[in-house]
Amino acid sequence: MDELRRVARAAQLVAAKDLRIERRTKVATAQMLPFALLVLLLFAFALDPDRGVLAEATAGLFWTTVLFTAVLAIQRSFAVELSNGVLDSLRLSGLSVPGIFLGKVAALFVQLAVLEVVLGLGVAVLYDAQLGGWALLVVVALAATTGICAAGAAYGLLAARLRQGSALLPLLLLPLLAPVLIAATRGSDVALGRETGGGWSWAALLGVFAVAYLGLGAALYGPLMDET
Amino acid sequence: MNPPATNPAAQAAAAGAPSTTGSTATRVLGVISLVGIAAVAVFGLLISPPDAELGETIRILYLHVPTVSSAYLAFVVTAVASVAYLWKRTEFWDLLAASSAEIGVLFFALTIFDGMMWGKVTWGVFWRWEPRLVTTTVLLLTYIGYLVVRSIPSDPRTRGTLSAAIGIMAVVNIPITHKAVDWWRGLHQGGTVLGTVDPEMSGTQLFSTYLALTVFMVLFVWLLIHRFRVAWLAERAADAGISEAISRRRHEATLGGGSVGGVNP
Repeated sequence: MDELRRVARAAQLVAAKDLRIERRTKVATAQMLPFALLVLLLFAFALDPDRGVLAEATAGLFWTTVLFTAVLAIQRSFAVELSNGVLDSLRLSGLSVPGIFLGKVAALFVQLAVLEVVLGLGVAVLYDAQLGGWALLVVVALAATTGICAAGAAYGLLAARLRQGSALLPLLLLPLLAPVLIAATRGSDVALGRETGGGWSWAALLGVFAVAYLGLGAALYGPLMDET
Repeated sequence: MNPPATNPAAQAAAAGAPSTTGSTATRVLGVISLVGIAAVAVFGLLISPPDAELGETIRILYLHVPTVSSAYLAFVVTAVASVAYLWKRTEFWDLLAASSAEIGVLFFALTIFDGMMWGKVTWGVFWRWEPRLVTTTVLLLTYIGYLVVRSIPSDPRTRGTLSAAIGIMAVVNIPITHKAVDWWRGLHQGGTVLGTVDPEMSGTQLFSTYLALTVFMVLFVWLLIHRFRVAWLAERAADAGISEAISRRRHEATLGGGSVGGVNP
């Protein structure tokens, strides 16, 4: 019980630290939101907006944009740790290591959740998407975002430990997140009424991914943090 | 004082490592693999009859099934060795994981190649969004990332830890990716032998498939042992190279009247 409290306390401290840095500097926000909206526009340039292709592919384009933007958020999340040896100080602070991992996941989750709300409004306005099926949509979004953040926090630290690591992050992370993109897109399609049946199975698959990577990340964070 | 030898094999030998990757056991495995591959070719191409549904293209499956199965075996070995590395922290497990991943990537690339050949004959195009091909390609990219991480110069312990983490996370993703791609493409296939062999196969078709599977497993072990030994020797040669460089600097320092590292003022 005490151990759980230690984990929760560390997670809370780290998440609050990351969000406070973001609130003060607004670096990720200033990069992520314009980038995400730019990608929505680029999709419209690439696909003919007058033929309904955008409305047809809304869920896929939405989640692809989230994935690309998540890479930016993850890079930023670990860039702040690398300066002035913050990561090493965190390790020496005696905070619970799984707690540090969960804190990074939580801070990324909040940032991506804000991004998804803005992007949701963006696709509703720009792509004329009809949002609906809220229960499934919210569950799919929660599970997918948790999975992206869990895998992202683990791979973000891993890439930060490498020379040229930030350039490698997309190559390492995006293939791993392929099942998330598939499941989140299909689940959202069902919620939006573009496909029938199986929506909750996709949500369950996303849940399995999220739980697996939360567990793996918590277990592997110690060895990854110990590397210099 | 004579400067040490510069030949890598001699350096490795000097460091107490064998100068070859061959041994009696690997020669036996090599002969079994080569004779087995010849037997698979004879059974697969000549003796086994065409399939009622797949026609002559079933012969590609005699290569496809064993390459994909060997690749999965390779990635499981990588994951197990990665866990063992994080636990024991010995070079053996690190190099075993990396060697196995390399062979897995090779077999996966072969799987995609023969899958595309099968697609060209069957569908008239090299690529269709067939679940097995898509899954294999996504996982191939995951493990290419693993190899890229290993190729970046870094401290051996850091390299081992980072790649072990990827090796473990990637293997957990295999069943999830399979499930996602299968559902995505609407594949709800029934029971199959080892997940890839059609259970309705019989006679020489079934025999050829199992023969190919067995031969490729032996081939995998053969390649793995050699690749591991090459990696091990490369590490010893690198160690010997460092020792040699230190020795040369000391030699120069002695000749140069004590200037450290042989640097002239």
